[in-house]
This record gives sequence, structure tokens and C-alpha cells, in this order.
Amino acid sequence: MREVVFWGFSGVALAAALLCVTRRSAVASALWLVLTLFSLAGLFVLLDAQFIAAIQVLVYAGAIMVLFLFVIMLLNLGRAGPSDMRGWLGRGVAALLGVGLAVELWVLVRIVRGGGFAAETAAYPLPPGELARVQQAEGAVGMLAEPLFRQYLVPFEITSVLLLAAIVGAVVLAKRKI
Amino acid sequence: MLLGPALGVSALLFAIGVGGVLLRRNAIVIFMCVELMLNAVNLTFVALAQQIGPQGQVIVFFVMAVAAAEAAVGLAIILAVYRHKESVNLQDVNLLRG
Amino acid sequence: MTPMLIDLSAPAGITLALLPEIVLTGWALILLLVIGWRHGDPDHHRWAGGFTLVGLLVALGTVLWLWRAGATPDGLPLMIALDGFRWATAAIFLIGGIAAVLLAQGYLGRERILVPEFYALVLFAMVGMLLMGGAADLIVVFLGLELMSLSVYVLAGIKRRSPQSAEAALKYFLLGAFASGFLLYGIALLYGATGTTNLQAIALQLADSEIVGRPMLALGAGMLLVGFGFKVSAVPFHMWAPDVYDGAPTPVTAYMAAAVKAAGFAALVRVALTALGDATAAWQTTVWWLAVLTMVVGNLVALAQRRLKRMLAYSSIAHAGYLLVAVAAATTQGGSAFLFYAFAYTLMTVGAFAVLAAVGRDGESDLLIDDFNGLAERRPWLSFALAVFMLSLLGFPGTAGFIGKWLILAAAVDAGQATLAVMVVGASVLSAGYYLPVIMAMYMKPSERAEVAEGARLARGGRLVVAAAAVVLLLFGVWPNRALDVARDSGRQLAVPGVIIGLPR
Repeated sequence: MREVVFWGFSGVALAAALLCVTRRSAVASALWLVLTLFSLAGLFVLLDAQFIAAIQVLVYAGAIMVLFLFVIMLLNLGRAGPSDMRGWLGRGVAALLGVGLAVELWVLVRIVRGGGFAAETAAYPLPPGELARVQQAEGAVGMLAEPLFRQYLVPFEITSVLLLAAIVGAVVLAKRKI
Repeated sequence: MLLGPALGVSALLFAIGVGGVLLRRNAIVIFMCVELMLNAVNLTFVALAQQIGPQGQVIVFFVMAVAAAEAAVGLAIILAVYRHKESVNLQDVNLLRG
Repeated sequence: MTPMLIDLSAPAGITLALLPEIVLTGWALILLLVIGWRHGDPDHHRWAGGFTLVGLLVALGTVLWLWRAGATPDGLPLMIALDGFRWATAAIFLIGGIAAVLLAQGYLGRERILVPEFYALVLFAMVGMLLMGGAADLIVVFLGLELMSLSVYVLAGIKRRSPQSAEAALKYFLLGAFASGFLLYGIALLYGATGTTNLQAIALQLADSEIVGRPMLALGAGMLLVGFGFKVSAVPFHMWAPDVYDGAPTPVTAYMAAAVKAAGFAALVRVALTALGDATAAWQTTVWWLAVLTMVVGNLVALAQRRLKRMLAYSSIAHAGYLLVAVAAATTQGGSAFLFYAFAYTLMTVGAFAVLAAVGRDGESDLLIDDFNGLAERRPWLSFALAVFMLSLLGFPGTAGFIGKWLILAAAVDAGQATLAVMVVGASVLSAGYYLPVIMAMYMKPSERAEVAEGARLARGGRLVVAAAAVVLLLFGVWPNRALDVARDSGRQLAVPGVIIGLPR
């Protein structure tokens, strides 16, 4: 059952990603990307990351993609204009690189699964299903809060500076008169 | 366990994102493909977190914060370019060349 | 001298360890508050510049204090490193930042770019760089890199009236974000291969030879190299660099070519030597090819340039090649060579761009090398300084550039990379073909455009930068011993205790 749901979400995510890359209109691309993000949220739930899945929907599919759509509408790029794909040479290079990368990564993952992967998973600290148990005991948020505010305190503070810098930068560039 | 398949799916998503960046000329669509790449990486982190511990999920938080910050700055830059050129197509953005 | 032990698990310890970063962030916050209502006036702008300068100097002071106090982590460094490499790189970045701000003060007023947020973004970018040089965890490397990059994307587009500036920002942003994706995927795969993101913990894991052979590790290292390759503009990931350097305002270009590039390398050196020092098979060959391609292509294309700003852009790509040779050596000796060369490179690059900003007005990107004909007659000191920078970039004996290049050569030869060393020498000979014509134009050709020399104006800050850079380059060219000791000592601290880096194969 888990496998079926997993492959269902994966299939939708991959198909929507392909459509996002190939649709002419920017709005269509953005909406297909939203579908990919939703499917990924589904995958996150299957992989015992409930809280991340919620954040994915709220922040990514909600806030960030709305920002994208807003800019597309503001610049009036919604019409499906002439294709902005690169010429045949460019397409060939892109397809070659993309397919090459995909095959390389996929083969690698298969090797990892078939060969040394059993040893590798044995080396990982958590046995299968352990994370789900921890999540049951501490709650989806509690499990993340502990490392976030202890071990990862410094990165957390850096993130706050990063967001401030981004706000200042966006205002400097986008405001008509400063 | 779905670790292996999840890594595979994320690898394919990443490759699709890379292909999109190389294929398109519309700056906004290119940026969306970059977001796709970041999401593929998030899937890798979440899948690995199942066996390595919740740290992998914490890292996804930071990636999302970075994506949000990048979106703010990136879209502001795209607006600034549009103001000058009335276009976000990289073909029209070629004053700097050679 | 007893080292100052800092407990990185306690809040007080973290605060102390991050003192320079906290000073800079606080300074940026105060600056943002004040310019909220003191904005449009050139006077306010000048004040913001001066205030930023003081902040950078205070941060430099805290770095030197922690360095001298011998701050050491109590146990495994979590997130943030406390070692000589961090302090040395921090000092280099801060010096580059101070020079860029000094340049910007005069330049921004002249070009009427009255955006005081400029200085806040310079400070934020500096925080990111310090974190990159001092990271003990891949996540800190990533976040520092993003903090620096986001600020610099905006700085590249800060000249809001100019379409070139906006396009430079767009190009830099799109390729930078693309590169970040690769970098992040590399981090994820390393995390998958070793089960941790802490650099020293990765090194300890890799002491186990079974993990070293994992394909995931090799792929992760490759992805990291692609990401870093973009950031440090190594060939074949360099195509953004000339356009962006060309389109950005000149003080920003100086900041990018000097400090930003050095920060990218500092993070690369730290990840390569501290974390992956035992897994050289996964990355050394790739870095070798990157170094060769970068040196050859950078120098050849620079030969064909007639505009000085673009020539300097390609020259900075070529120098990325020399720095990559130091990385390819894969020894702490290479790390030391990197430190010294990065220091010299920062000074000579900033100095060269300062002279460029002085000589060109309103569009120095169009300045041809021929426009410098006969400059020495009218502006002897400025010409002398530019000659020093060019000779140092070339690696001429008597300048710090020569000592740096010699250290890189020594590191490459000692690591058994004689071919690379030969390539460095060959590339340097090639580079004489574009550095020397600038000097010949200034000293040997008759003056054609008197107005270029007449117009050459350096504000007080710019004059200070040019003079100090030239003096220090000459000083360290003939008397480098003290700096060499510092570089050697700091580079050695990259090694993880118990893990041997760079055994001759």
C-alpha cells in the first residue's frame, strides 16, 4: 500500500515537473510547479516528515509560488507568447546534459541499492521505522525543535540575518523611488 | 523502506530542473526550475533523515528559508531588469556580451 | 601563551566565538535604523560610509584579538571553527572589504548612486564571508555562501539607472542560484554517504576506507565542485564572470573579484582539506583539470582584450586557476600557499580596480588600454602604483605576487604535481602578454588623450587604498618572512587531529 501511494505521488511529481519545464506560458509552468510541490508534500508525509510536509504546503506552495505568480501577473507575462525555448542546438545540449545527468544519478542509486547499500544502511544510526517511533513519542514538532534550537542554533541565527539581508536587497532593487 | 526509490525520484527531479534551466530563456521560468532543483534536494534530505536522524529534516528548514530569501531578491532583480528592457527573455538581455 | 578554551555548546561560548560576525551584524542593524530617516543627502551617505568603515575596523580588531588569544574549541567544533585558518581568511576578507568601502565612498558620490543601503549590504556580505571561512559544518558553509551571494547580487545591480548593472545582477543571480542547487545536492549526498554534515566528523568517518569508496561520496564531491566552480569562476563555469564584472559598479567589481572570490576559495579549501582530506581520489583529478582549463582559457582570452576592465575580469579568472593549483596539491602546504596568495591577490586586484575607477569617469568600462598612453608623464605616482599591481599580478620578483606564486609552485611540486607547476609557469609567461602592455603604454608611448590624465581623480579613500596596497605588495615582496610564518601556521591547522592529510601517494 505504501509503495503504491509512493509511486503515485512520485509519478505525479515527475510528470508535473516535466510539464513545468516544457509549457510555453509562464503561468502554466508556475501552476505545474505548484502541483509538483504538493506531490512532494505527500512524499514527505510518507517519509515520516509530517511537519516538513505542512511547511512545504504553507511556505513553498503557498507563499513562494504566490510571489512568483504575482510577479508574472504584474509583468503581464501570462500570455503564451512565442516559445522561449532555445534553438535546436541549445535544446540538444540541454536534453543531452539533462538525460545524461538523470541516467548517471539513477544508475548510481541503483548500484547503491543493489550492491553496497545494505552495508550502508547498516552503518546508519537509525534502524528502519525508528524515526516514526520517535515522532510518535515526541510529536512532529518536538522532534525537530530540539535539534533546531540546540545543535543548529548558529545556522538558525544565520538564517535570520539572511532573511533581513534579502528584505533590504529586495527593497533597494524593486522600489521605484528610495 | 522507501529510501532507495526516494533518492532515485529526487535524482530525476533534479535532472529535470537542470534541463529546464539549460532549455529555457525566460528568466522567471529558469528561476522556477532552480526552485525545482532545491525541492529535489529537500526530498533527498528527508529520505535520508529516516535513517540518519531528524537533523536531515532540520536542514530542510534552512533550505526553505534560503529559497524564500532567494525568491525575494531574485524577483526584485527580474522586476528591475523588466523596468529597463520591457522583457525578461534572456535573448533581449544581451547588452553585455563578448 | 595558554590558549583560550571556548565551550561551543554554551551560549556564552558561541557568542564569544562569533564575536566578529555579531559586531558586523549589529553594525548593519544600527546603520539600517539610522538611514531609515537620514537618507537622501550626500552628507548622510558619507556618514554611512564612515560608520561602515569603523564597523569593519572593529570587527578586524576582534578577529586579531581572538587570534592572538589563541581561541580553541573545547572538544569537536560544532558549526563554527576556531583556528588560524579562520582568523587569517577573516583578516583577508575584512581588508578587502575596507578597501572596497574606501573606494565606494568617492565613487558612489561621483556616479550619484545615493543608496546608503549599499553599506548595509556590504556588511551583510562580509558576515557571510566570515562564516564561509570559519565554517565547521557544511550547513554553515551553505548559509554563509547564500548570505554573501544574495547581498552581492543586489550590490551588482545597485546602479539603478543603468541597464548594464541590472543585467549583471540578473546574470549573476540566475547562475549563482543554479550553482547553489548543485552545491546543496553535493552537501545532501555527502550527508548520505557519511551520515553527518560536520566537517571534522566527516573526516573521522572517512578514516574508514569502506566509506571512501562509496559512489555517493564521489558524486557528492563532484556536485560540490560544480557549485564551487561557479562561485569562484573556474572554467568551464566562468561564463558569467566577465559580463558581471563588467556591468557592476567598479568598487563592487573590486569587492567581487577580491573578497567574494577569496571567500569561495576559503570554503573550498576548508571542505576539501578538512573534510575530504582522506578522500582525495574523489576530487583531486577534477580539481586538476579545472585548474589547467582555468589557467589556459583565462590567460588566452585575456590576451585578446583591449578594454582594461574586461582584461582585469579575465585576469581574475586566470588567477582562480593558480589558486586551484594550490587546492589540487591537496596538502596543508597548499592551504598555506592559498592563504598567502589570497592576501596578495586581494591587494593587487583591489588596487588595480581603484586605479581604473580613478582614471575612468562615467563609464570606465569603455576605457581602452591605449587610453593609458603617456599617463606616467602627468600622473607619475598613479602610474607607478598601477605598474606595481600589474607586475605583482604577473608574479614579478620583488612583489608579493611572486612570493605567492612561488609558494603555490612549491606546494604543487612537493605534492608530486610537477605537470601543474610547469603549467603555472607557462601560464604566467603567457600573462605577460597582457600585463606588460599596460605598463608600456603608460611609460613608453606618447600621450594621445590628455583629458584622461587630467580627469584622473582619486578621492582621499581611493588614494589611501592605492598607496597602501602598493606599499604592502612591495614590502611583502622583499620581506615576506613574518607573513609566511603566519600562513604556514594557519594552513597547518586545517588538518584534523588524528587524520593525516596529504600523504605522498
